[in-house]
Amino acid sequence: MPERLSGIGVSAGVAAGPLLRIAAAPALPPPVPVTDAPSEVSRAFDALAAVVADLERRADRASEATVAEVLRAEALMAGDEELRDAVRSRIEEGVDAPHAIDGAFGTFREMFAEAGGYLAERVADLDDLRDRAVAVLLGLPMPGVPRPGHPYVLAARDLAPADTADLDPAQVLALVTEVGGPTSHTAILARALGLPAVVACRGVSAVAEHTLVEVDGSTGRVEVGVTGVRFAAREADPLDALGPGRTADGHAVKLLANVGSAKDLPRAEGIGLFRTELLFLDRAAEPSRKEQAAAYRDVFRGMPGQRVVIRTLDAGADKPLPFLDQDGEPNPALGVRGLRVARRRPEVLTTQLAAIAEAAAGSEADVWVMAPMVSTPAEAASFAAAVREAGLPTAGVMIEVPAAALRAADLLEVVDFLSIGTNDLSQYTFAADRMCGELADLLDFWQPALLQLIGICGAAGRAAGKPVGVCGEAAADPALAPVLAGLGVSSLSMSARALPGVRASLARYSYAECRRLAELAVAAPDAVAAREVVGKVVG
Amino acid sequence: MSTRTVAVGSASGLHARPAKLFVEAAAAAPVKVTIQVAGRKPVPAKSMLSVLALGAKQGTEVTLQADGEGAEQALDDLAALLARDLDADDA
Repeated sequence: MPERLSGIGVSAGVAAGPLLRIAAAPALPPPVPVTDAPSEVSRAFDALAAVVADLERRADRASEATVAEVLRAEALMAGDEELRDAVRSRIEEGVDAPHAIDGAFGTFREMFAEAGGYLAERVADLDDLRDRAVAVLLGLPMPGVPRPGHPYVLAARDLAPADTADLDPAQVLALVTEVGGPTSHTAILARALGLPAVVACRGVSAVAEHTLVEVDGSTGRVEVGVTGVRFAAREADPLDALGPGRTADGHAVKLLANVGSAKDLPRAEGIGLFRTELLFLDRAAEPSRKEQAAAYRDVFRGMPGQRVVIRTLDAGADKPLPFLDQDGEPNPALGVRGLRVARRRPEVLTTQLAAIAEAAAGSEADVWVMAPMVSTPAEAASFAAAVREAGLPTAGVMIEVPAAALRAADLLEVVDFLSIGTNDLSQYTFAADRMCGELADLLDFWQPALLQLIGICGAAGRAAGKPVGVCGEAAADPALAPVLAGLGVSSLSMSARALPGVRASLARYSYAECRRLAELAVAAPDAVAAREVVGKVVG
Repeated sequence: MSTRTVAVGSASGLHARPAKLFVEAAAAAPVKVTIQVAGRKPVPAKSMLSVLALGAKQGTEVTLQADGEGAEQALDDLAALLARDLDADDA
C-alpha cells in the first residue's frame, strides 16, 4: 500500500519515477592542523579545478545560450587567480583546505554583500561555488541537480535558481518541494517547463532516494512507494503551441504570453503582459525616453499585427528601484508601489508613456497600455487620460487589489480593458505575503474568494463588452483555464511554455461547461474542495 | 605605466556578461592589466571576482593600467570594450 503525501499542485500533469533529491550543501568538518602545506594547497586547487571543469561541462550541455553564459561566468569565478592566492595564503598560515576555501570565498562574499544590489544577490552563487569545492574535498557528491542518466522525479527542500539553471526537462519528470507556494520559483519554473509540480509537500524530505513516486500536479498528491507504475509516463501535450485558444464549441479565449524583453518573443496570439521593469532594474538613474523607446520598439516590431499589452513601471514592494528612493516604507507591499509612484514622480510615468507612444508609432503592433496597482476609478481615469494624452488609443488597468475588483464595472467606464494579476490579488485578498511559504495554502489560486473576485471582473467585462484578462501565474494552470473562461475571462497570459497545456485543457469543454465549472469552484468551501470538484468533472 | 580612464558603457554595469567578456579579454592580453575605481585599490583585470566586486555601474569611471610591450594596444582594446554596451550585443 503506497503512502500518500499531499501538497499544493502548482503545475498540472501526472508523472511517476524514482525520486532523487538535490544533494544538501556539505557541512564544514572540524578544522585539522596542516602538516604539509604544499600538498594541502594542491588538494584545494584540485578541488577548485574540479568545480570549474564541472561547470564548463554543464555549460557545454546547456541548451540555452543564456544558461551556458551564466555557468561559464561561474566557472570564471571558481577558477579565479585571486581566489586561489587567498586560499594558498590561508593554507600557508596553517588553515586546512576546506576552511581556507570557505575563508577565501568569505572575503569576496563580504565585498559583494557590501556593494549591495545586484552583487548582494550574487552572494548565493559564491556560497554555491564554495559548497561545490568543499564537497569535492570531502568526497561528497556535488550539490545541485543530479544527473543519474535516467528520468527521475526531482525533490528538494526548495529549488534555488542556481539549482535549476541546467535542469533538463527530458530527464526530470516532475518537481516536488517541501516548502514553497504557488508563486515560488519552483512553481514558476515548473509551469514554464511544462513539468508537473507539487510544492509545500510536507514529508517529502523523509522519502528515501530511488523510491518510486507518482506526482499529480493538479491535485497536489504524491504517492510514495508505488509499484508497477507507468514509469516515466508524462502527459503528452496533445496540441501544438500554435493556433488560437477556444473552448470545444468555439468560444474564443485569447492565449497570450508574458515577456520581459525582445529576447523572449513567443509564438502566441499576442503578448498579454510586457513587463517593463527589466530596463529600470539596478539603475542609479531613470533610463532616458530614447533608451526606453528603443527597447519597447524591439518588442513591438517583433509582433506585427498582434496585441501587445505593455505594463507601465511596476516598482516598489518586492521590486525596489534605486532612483525612486523608496527607503523607509514601513510595509512596502502596502506602500508607494506601481501606479502610486506617479503620485510622487509623475514625470517617470509621462516619460514612459511618451516612449511607448514613440515606439508604437513606428510599429504595426496593436499596443495596449496598462497600469499596475490601481485601486480606485479615479486613479484609473487619471491614468487613462495620461495614456490618451500621450497619443495611445487603448488604456487599461491591472486588478491586483480587492477594491479594484469590487469596482470593476466603474473602472470599465473609464478604461478599455482589465487585466487581473492573480499573484498580487491573492496576496491582498488574503493578507498573506506572496513570499511566505508557510501561508501557501492561502495563496492557492483555487481559493473560492479569489475566484469570486475574478468572477466580478468577468461579469463587468461581459456587461460592458470589454476584455478582461488574467496575466498572473494562475493563467498557466491548465485545470483552472476552463474555470477562468467560465468566470468571464477573455484572455489568459502566461509563460510561453505553458500555452500548449492550457490550450488543450480549454478545448476539452464547451463554454456552458466552463460556466458550470466556474459556479462549482466558486461555491466550494475551500481551495482543495474547489480543485477536487472541478477535477471530478474534468477527470 | 600607461593608463586609460573610461566610463562603463554596459546597461547593467560591469556585471555578469559584460564582466565575463572583459575578464576574458584581459586574461588574453599580453600584459598584466589592473582596473580600479577612483579612490580604491587597483585589482587584476583578469580576476572575475575582483572585477565583479568593483560594483561598477553604467557610467562608473574606471582606470586601466598596464606596463610593458603591447600595453598601449591592450589598454586601447580593453577600454573600447568597456565603453561598449555589452548587454546590447548579441550573444
